[in-house]
Amino acid sequence: MELYVNGIGILGPGLAGWDESRLVLASESPSWEPAMPEPSASLLPANEQRRSSETVRWALHVAQEAMRQAEVDAREVASVFASSEGETGVLDRLCTALAAPQRTISPTLFHHSVHNAASGYWGIATGSQQSSTVLACYDSSFCAAFLEAAAYAHTDERPVLLVAYDLPLPPPLYAARPLGGGFAAALLLTRAPGPHNLAQLDLTLSNDLSEEATIMDDAGLETLRTGNQAAQSLPLLAAIARQCDTLVLLEYLEDQHLLIRVAPC
Amino acid sequence: MPQGLVDEPTEEDKLHLAAGRRQNQAVDDAPYDPMGHRHVVPRHRYVGARGMAPLILTSYTIVSALGRGLDETYRALQNRRSGLRLCDFEDVGITTYIGRVDGVEDMSVGGGSASTELKQFDCRNNRLALLGLQQDGFIQAVIEARERYGAHRVAVILGSSTSGILETEHAYCRRDPATGALPSSYLTSHRYTQNMFSSAHFVRAYLGLRGPAMVISTACSSSAKAFATAARFIEAGFCDAAVVGGVDSLCLTILYGFASLELMSSGPCRPCDENRNGLTLGESAGFALLEKSKQASRPGAVALLGYGESCDGYHMSHPHPEGTGAIRAMEAALRRSALTAGDIDYIHLHGTATRANDRIEDTAVHSVFGPSTLCSSTKGWTGHTLGAAGVTGAIIAAMCLTRSFVPGTLNTTRIDPDLSSHVLLENLEQPVRRVLSNSFGFGGNNCSLILGTV
Repeated sequence: MELYVNGIGILGPGLAGWDESRLVLASESPSWEPAMPEPSASLLPANEQRRSSETVRWALHVAQEAMRQAEVDAREVASVFASSEGETGVLDRLCTALAAPQRTISPTLFHHSVHNAASGYWGIATGSQQSSTVLACYDSSFCAAFLEAAAYAHTDERPVLLVAYDLPLPPPLYAARPLGGGFAAALLLTRAPGPHNLAQLDLTLSNDLSEEATIMDDAGLETLRTGNQAAQSLPLLAAIARQCDTLVLLEYLEDQHLLIRVAPC
Repeated sequence: MPQGLVDEPTEEDKLHLAAGRRQNQAVDDAPYDPMGHRHVVPRHRYVGARGMAPLILTSYTIVSALGRGLDETYRALQNRRSGLRLCDFEDVGITTYIGRVDGVEDMSVGGGSASTELKQFDCRNNRLALLGLQQDGFIQAVIEARERYGAHRVAVILGSSTSGILETEHAYCRRDPATGALPSSYLTSHRYTQNMFSSAHFVRAYLGLRGPAMVISTACSSSAKAFATAARFIEAGFCDAAVVGGVDSLCLTILYGFASLELMSSGPCRPCDENRNGLTLGESAGFALLEKSKQASRPGAVALLGYGESCDGYHMSHPHPEGTGAIRAMEAALRRSALTAGDIDYIHLHGTATRANDRIEDTAVHSVFGPSTLCSSTKGWTGHTLGAAGVTGAIIAAMCLTRSFVPGTLNTTRIDPDLSSHVLLENLEQPVRRVLSNSFGFGGNNCSLILGTV
């Protein structure tokens, strides 16, 4: 299945934006300082920025970056958002309140608790009324979202913005799911070449597990990749950054692989 | 010109435009471009919502407050017996009704000969999922599909909004008073209960499937969108068949959350009633096995004919006042099924019984279908089962097709005179060939499904 990448957004430790990150990812021995960046999510109105969670701001930050590169009208773009853990800061506050005798929870907190909070804010900020799927598949969430975005781009012939994101959980939840990162990545995918192609992809879903999944050569980036589902996108992003023909292999659950042939444009 | 972009409407587009639909109006009228691309003029209109080949529901089932399986559900609908009762969930002190499924408290996912792997999934949400799987020969149908296509070729795509959050709510009540730490049993079960993927993970493991899997979580449209994603996956060749559906179970978060939004009725909900005053929460699990029609088709079989998805792009918890997102979803479903509004015999409304939702859905339905298409809400029977509402609507739609009946609207005595669609109060016995079912969720996420017989 052929796809084109029209824009990329990335935010992670030492990876603040595609322009900076592609140099790190293309390098054989990257000089890489894992400083934690701050999301801007500047497309949200100021009052919504204040109300929205950090998770929402990370997701919107990379979504906005990918869209800016692609120069496509956001109102024409469908979206797929993927997070394993969702709004864990909100979850912590809700469960703390529900464990108290009064069980008083704020209505704003409640409607920010949904797994599709980032998608909802994306719609509000852009005015887009196109389809938005929000999904979870534990450590394979990015892969599941890639399949969904690819399938959507092919059946509906509409550009699809894929946004994968997860942040470390607050205590005490962190002990139950010690996620690394945070990390967020966005890819604007089209079935046909767009005005700003960064790469051409050819996707196959395979049951052949004889080949090992692609890993990152740099130890720090590899730790990031294995610690956060959204960072499972790193081998794909690195192949795009290197601008040469590469076969990337991503593990989807324990049973299948996404084989993605990456070709420069 | 790149493939997938068209400058001119296709013949099909023209037909729909001629039918007076308000296609894309909201987009074209949108006032600003927050991405700052003022130079980007949408010269092209993307085609979107192409036709689809019908997908057969080879087997399907439902468990809700109405009972276990299709026959109990049908009898309750036919006899107008509501599944709603005064709230008796745990120690919840809210004056309201709920649609609780009996017996979930007394069962266990890890009972009998279940493997250690399955035992770790034990929680209310997965118990309800298991109860659903066990009805109407569904498990056997999936086993046959697994043998027919291979375990890798059968996907599991479910919807849920709160997954096993009840386990986390309980764990927070048992935090270590000194350190604040959660109980150690929770730390290991988090992945299999609280995590949003839990229900699909459990169902996939239980049924021995190895194909693509995910949980879609777009609040109350979740399990309707599971049908749409499964249809895409089958069309894209990622799988040959899919277990679709969803499960959502009662928990403190939704009961106290909807109470905080003042959207919950103190009595049983009364959809479309002039005095309606909010929703009633329920729980359900529903599943369908979707397959390509040429493998599974037989006369009279129920099929997914179309789906339409959209967003409001308006507000997190309030629908777009003119229902433009809902209109888009219904129109996309019609377009994909190559049907027109007049081809739909009955609309299963989202119909939550809040003041705003019913009014805005009515506006949207009337705008697409006019004043005569029959519509009703079944929330007075089941309550609003949130992430499982979409599959609940789809299974009730399937029963309308196979049992030649249309449910009315329970608990409602006088239809709001401000509503202009044809809302049905009493049940009807009549042949039904095509049903559209609506699901609209928080975050302004909408999905309409069209089911019919082939």
